[in-house]
Amino acid sequence: MVELLFWPALLGYGEAAFAYASSRTSNAATWGVRIGWLAQTALLAVQAANADAFPWGSWSGSLNLFVWLVVGAYLIWGCRPRFRLLGLAVMPLAAALFAVARLGGGTRAGGHAHYSSLFLVVHVGLVLAAFAGFTLAAALAGLYLWEESRLKRRATNILRLPPLASLERLTWRTIAFSLPLLTLGLIAGIVRLREDGGSLDALEALTVGTWLLYGAFVVRRPTGRRAAYLALGGFALVIVARLALSAGHFA
Amino acid sequence: MKLIGVSHHVAPVELRERMTLDLEHAAELARSLGDAVCLSTCNRTELYVAGEADALDALESLAGEPLDGTAYVLHDDAAALHLFRVAAGLDSLVPGEGEILGQVRDAFEAVEPGPLLDRVFRQALAVGKRVRSETAIGESPASVSSAAAALAAQVFGDLKGRRALLVGAGRIGELAAANLASRGAEIAFVANRSAGAARELAHRFGGEPVGLDELGRALADVDVVISSTSAPEQILRAADVPAKRRRPLFFIDIAVPRDLDPAIQQLESCFLYDIDDLEAVVAETLAGRRAEAARAEQLVAEEAERFRNWRASLDVVPAIASLRAYAEQIRAGELAKVNVSERERRTLESVTQQMLNKLLHLPTVRMKEAAAGADGATYADAVRHLFGLDDPK
Repeated sequence: MVELLFWPALLGYGEAAFAYASSRTSNAATWGVRIGWLAQTALLAVQAANADAFPWGSWSGSLNLFVWLVVGAYLIWGCRPRFRLLGLAVMPLAAALFAVARLGGGTRAGGHAHYSSLFLVVHVGLVLAAFAGFTLAAALAGLYLWEESRLKRRATNILRLPPLASLERLTWRTIAFSLPLLTLGLIAGIVRLREDGGSLDALEALTVGTWLLYGAFVVRRPTGRRAAYLALGGFALVIVARLALSAGHFA
Repeated sequence: MKLIGVSHHVAPVELRERMTLDLEHAAELARSLGDAVCLSTCNRTELYVAGEADALDALESLAGEPLDGTAYVLHDDAAALHLFRVAAGLDSLVPGEGEILGQVRDAFEAVEPGPLLDRVFRQALAVGKRVRSETAIGESPASVSSAAAALAAQVFGDLKGRRALLVGAGRIGELAAANLASRGAEIAFVANRSAGAARELAHRFGGEPVGLDELGRALADVDVVISSTSAPEQILRAADVPAKRRRPLFFIDIAVPRDLDPAIQQLESCFLYDIDDLEAVVAETLAGRRAEAARAEQLVAEEAERFRNWRASLDVVPAIASLRAYAEQIRAGELAKVNVSERERRTLESVTQQMLNKLLHLPTVRMKEAAAGADGATYADAVRHLFGLDDPK
């Protein structure tokens, strides 16, 4: 069953990743996102129904959930025509991470978790939701830098893009919305760590560093290119946390 | 009639800015050529000449270089058609752009041209109005001034609460400022070389008048700068722009010659668009206007045909006038021979006048129709010969 749901989801995301490249096919791309996300939602529902505990506790399972959150957040407002280029940044990443999640076994049914479901829902769910927000913020920051360079080069089709100030404001708001989720997720993890008497591993330390960086971003509210670079820098930490360190954390 | 000119179609901004004249100097140049009108805008400098004056020489003097291959030369009907297209905004980069009609009117009213140029310019103004009222070509916001406001909104999003500095009292700059204001921006400062003009514009926009030497102070407190002076040199250099800012600064340089140092574009969070950039942006958004432009071209072609007919009728008008004068002379002579009372004379005057008009109506119409074709001169010669109009009396 999960096989039947994985492929439509991957195909939808993959189609969107390419179709967003042209304004003529951007409508088809948006439908690809919608169909893919619905298929992935069904996949997650099947995984949840077949699991005896929180089914996304492994690094690959959490990556699967992470992709679903990223695409879901993008679907809220990112499908509007002016944000077409955002889809070009988000959907290839989503498709690639979704494929990686499958290679790691994160899209299989019947997973088993070491920890209680409640803790994992709070800790993993909130941290991943925050990371999804940071991913979107990074895409917005990337779009900001691209559009700013277009304005500098006096591109003639610039009026089809979202205003620069909107991108800057959305980047800040997305991060400001995501940071409390990360804060709560981190607190849950640290409380659990203290109960177990363990110490911070590399992923946890990096996540705390990510929290500090985004915290500074929200408080100081940088503008212009500096803000975009900072959002992208934070996203680089998220990527390292998700791909390089999470396997050890979930082992 | 002859037209010699350069426009954005054939000349880069560097050349056009050397050839751009303010209204006063354009009128002066036209007068120096005799019966002429000089239309000079940031997009074109054109000389419409009715006499034999060497207009190309005058343009080359402005350009400071030979204009072979750059300037276009049109004669008579072709020149009139071009002027009609210009007045209708069809020769602009923005089809249907409305500012050019006012510029054509200003150029025409600044001089006192002879009958031919008077007629062609009056008709051009009528064509411009007709195209705007009978087509939707001017409805979408696609002028240089509205493009300037749209670009500012592209940087800042909502313009409410954004502050703008207007430098100079140029008409397009003023329009751009009005466009910004209509989107919610505040025209906070107006700077001009003339304190009076600055005060007047500032009063109109509710801003503060400042001198050109106070630009630095004003720059620190605004988001958008619109510059449209007629200054021959740059009025703002990159070094004058405050380096430490949290907000972007958007510069719109509508002036030709350009007012603002192009190096401003290299500064962080500074965006500078000159007249060519604005026009390129506008050109991108004009697919809808182009559909209307096809209808406008038809109207212009109709008007051009009317002008051609009018001009052709000039071939037969002297013959018609002579014929009518001859007939009137006979009528008056014969009436003088009649000895009747004053009341009866008035009746006879009226009756003979009506007879004359009815008799000459059809030949007059037919001659004008022939003139619209290629036979005007033949008919005129025939009438002169048949009635002995050229014979010594």
